[in-house]
Amino acid sequence: MVKEIERFGIPIVHMATITTISESVGANRIVPTVAIPHPVGNPKLAQEDEKVLRKELVKRALNALTTEVSGPTHFE
Amino acid sequence: MSEKFKVLYYVNQFFGQVGGEDKAGMAPLFCPEKVGPAAGFEGLLKGAGEVVGTVICGDNYFNENKERSLEFILNVIKEQAPQVVVAGPAFNAGRYGMACAELAKAVVDELKIPVVTGMYVENPGVDICKEKAIVIRTSDSAGGMRKALPTMAAIALKLGKGIELGSPEEEGYIPRGMRKTLFVEKRGSQRAVEMLIARLKGEPFQTEMPMPVFDQVNPAPAIKELGKATIALCTSGGIVPKGNPDGIQSASAQKWGKYDVSTREALSAPDFYTTHGGYDPVYANEIPDRVAPLDILKEFEKEGLIGKVYQWFYTTTGTGTAVSKAKEFGTQIGAELKAAEVDGVILTST
Amino acid sequence: MEGLSENKLVWRNKWGVDILKLEIGRIYIKDIQLGNETTVKNGILTVDKEGLITKLKEDERIKDVKIDVARPGEKVRIIPVKDVIEPRVKVSGGVNGFPGVTAKQAQCGDGVTHVLYGAAVVTVGDIVGFQEGVIDMWGEGARWTPFSKTFNLTVDINVVEGLTPHVHEETVRVAGLRAAEFVGTAGKDIKPDEVLAYEMGSIFEESAKYPNLPKVIYAEMMITQGLLHDTYIYGVNAQNILPALLHVNEELDGAVVSGNCVAACDKITTYQHQNNSVINDLYAQHGKEINFLGCIMVPEHTTLGGKLRASEYTLKLAKMLGADAVVISEEGYGNPDSDLLMICKKCEKAGIKTVLITDECAGRDGMSQPLADTAQEAVAVVSGGNVSHVVTLPPADKVIGNPEAIAVLAGGWKGALLEDGTLMCELNAVIGSTSEIGFHNVTCRLY
Repeated sequence: MVKEIERFGIPIVHMATITTISESVGANRIVPTVAIPHPVGNPKLAQEDEKVLRKELVKRALNALTTEVSGPTHFE
Repeated sequence: MSEKFKVLYYVNQFFGQVGGEDKAGMAPLFCPEKVGPAAGFEGLLKGAGEVVGTVICGDNYFNENKERSLEFILNVIKEQAPQVVVAGPAFNAGRYGMACAELAKAVVDELKIPVVTGMYVENPGVDICKEKAIVIRTSDSAGGMRKALPTMAAIALKLGKGIELGSPEEEGYIPRGMRKTLFVEKRGSQRAVEMLIARLKGEPFQTEMPMPVFDQVNPAPAIKELGKATIALCTSGGIVPKGNPDGIQSASAQKWGKYDVSTREALSAPDFYTTHGGYDPVYANEIPDRVAPLDILKEFEKEGLIGKVYQWFYTTTGTGTAVSKAKEFGTQIGAELKAAEVDGVILTST
Repeated sequence: MEGLSENKLVWRNKWGVDILKLEIGRIYIKDIQLGNETTVKNGILTVDKEGLITKLKEDERIKDVKIDVARPGEKVRIIPVKDVIEPRVKVSGGVNGFPGVTAKQAQCGDGVTHVLYGAAVVTVGDIVGFQEGVIDMWGEGARWTPFSKTFNLTVDINVVEGLTPHVHEETVRVAGLRAAEFVGTAGKDIKPDEVLAYEMGSIFEESAKYPNLPKVIYAEMMITQGLLHDTYIYGVNAQNILPALLHVNEELDGAVVSGNCVAACDKITTYQHQNNSVINDLYAQHGKEINFLGCIMVPEHTTLGGKLRASEYTLKLAKMLGADAVVISEEGYGNPDSDLLMICKKCEKAGIKTVLITDECAGRDGMSQPLADTAQEAVAVVSGGNVSHVVTLPPADKVIGNPEAIAVLAGGWKGALLEDGTLMCELNAVIGSTSEIGFHNVTCRLY
């Protein structure tokens, strides 16, 4: 899905936990996430801490979208 | 004796006995006779089928006027209403191969009529049509004609009678790339142990699954002004509105959904939940934004960090979903996002 | 002969005694009847229906239990199936039941175990998650599942209201194990029809015995990803373990229990753990073509760090044991494909030859890529078939459970159940159809 959307010339960031798969299938902007059942969250954290983490992850994704890349790139 | 099935034959100017390179610019024509390889073909159908005519077209003409050529030929096929279309064999002739391939693809896609053709494996036409048509494996020159025709005829015979084809090795065609599920005598663990022992002894063995090859896409240019950008949120984590109104499958998704989130602050429970069958849903069902962070994006929109969150949220389930389906979804969603002038996309996966 | 036993004595002095010696006595079961006592007579297993219900209802979380029998060839459909368990009884050595789960802790893989061979307990009941499946006992559907050939005692469990999904799952899982234990006792004093001996000394001992045979290890991946995605070893949720080395006998003797995980087609049910086909087929070659060292139980994590750690640790164990080759089996598909290939890549790079067993998500038309990930090192792969292959299962005369469940199962969809009772579904929903421990005889070929 990522690649097909990118083919339209729209930058797309893949937020995924198993980034090895993202790379294999050819995503270019990759933000590693927490865990498969809760990529953008962590139920083990206190509510406020989870919020900070979640904001941070989405910021990273936005940062990826505003960064030029030439091939598969991780934003950590 | 039941009625014979009809075969329409396609050849180029050379095999159509019009001429060589000097006639490669000829426009397609329909000839109600059996010309060139078509002449002997009927006999190979063992009385079960008849060749109703031959379409002859110049290789250069076809490749330079693909749409016009196809239009003409498809019309002829519609009129003649054959049960099977046979093209070539093209051996290693590139332009002839491309013509056979494009024709085969169009006939299968648009008219749903099966096509048999024949090519040398390195003919560029193979990759164009092998998923759609049956391409038999030929030698690289016309010297292989005598061997190719019976193979093509045997396949045409089966297609004409609606008999399922055997394996590529048995029937002599180039694999279409289809993974066919079937039963074998030995259980999987036994096959694994035998493969292992063969490997350890340095004896030949054959994998049952060649590794997939994924193509790459050039990265799209970055967003210049985030503060004015419209960002769309997509997920393969199966977050759907309560009741899963579009019935998105829990695994092996056959469709995607889009939902208006313009008036929402978050994808909060219980209005949303996950229908994804591939992971423990408890955490996503508590706070669906853990999978698709609409809440954070909306906050950033308020803060002015981003221009806007796109009105529609796109979703499907990734688990067990075929790559071809994912491609189809991506193409459909991408077209919508492009049309809506979305500047960037966040896609989350579980 | 004296020399041989002396030799053996020398080894024992040098390397210690045999570690585990397991004898599995198979009592062939030819039918199951419901009655007032639990016995085996002339191959007929009679189950005390009320006694079993009473036993299971000791768990206050269980509201209702329905017991039924489904025999091979009967036009019976069972849905939604959670787990399948083989009824057994411990005759000597160890403890009866599943140590750490339904029984106190004990060593599995030692002593004498009797098996009611040909019988199975099948747990059914309100759906907990999408990962449950269907068993057809006759016709087209029967071809696709290995559990159409067993005489199935179905245990349909209704739980009390208000249980969380995790507790609901545990209740049903444990009830199935208890039922198998209850039924298994019938075999305690019966003379088995066939006795299988599983005897394996220490790795040093076996390697001294077979110095020229290649050393082979089995890496069994297990889904360990939360609700309906867990596996238990001696009651320990494998989510929390580092890859663990098991003696080859342990899993065959009740050490590993399914948490009813992943899509029905490739979940390793408890029955399949008890009869792990990779272990059995490697065992059969032990001392002939290979030296079978043991099993590494590998958790499949939900984090990248977890996957990297588990794959590295597996490689390390294989290296420590001096393995020349490894058979790696997967459980599930999608993200675990990456675990499978990580282990494969690392082993191949370290010079350890691999054979992988997996299944494919090639789409309903079979035209898609079979795996979610790829690795050029994976040159020897066995395929259990395409999970999305669609099958049409004709209407049953009798349905045990709830046929409507297909609408929400993985591999099913709304409308998959036609009005006349015909079921259309992907193999995804058929228990054991694409087994990645190679328990069944389905595969894919390139067409």
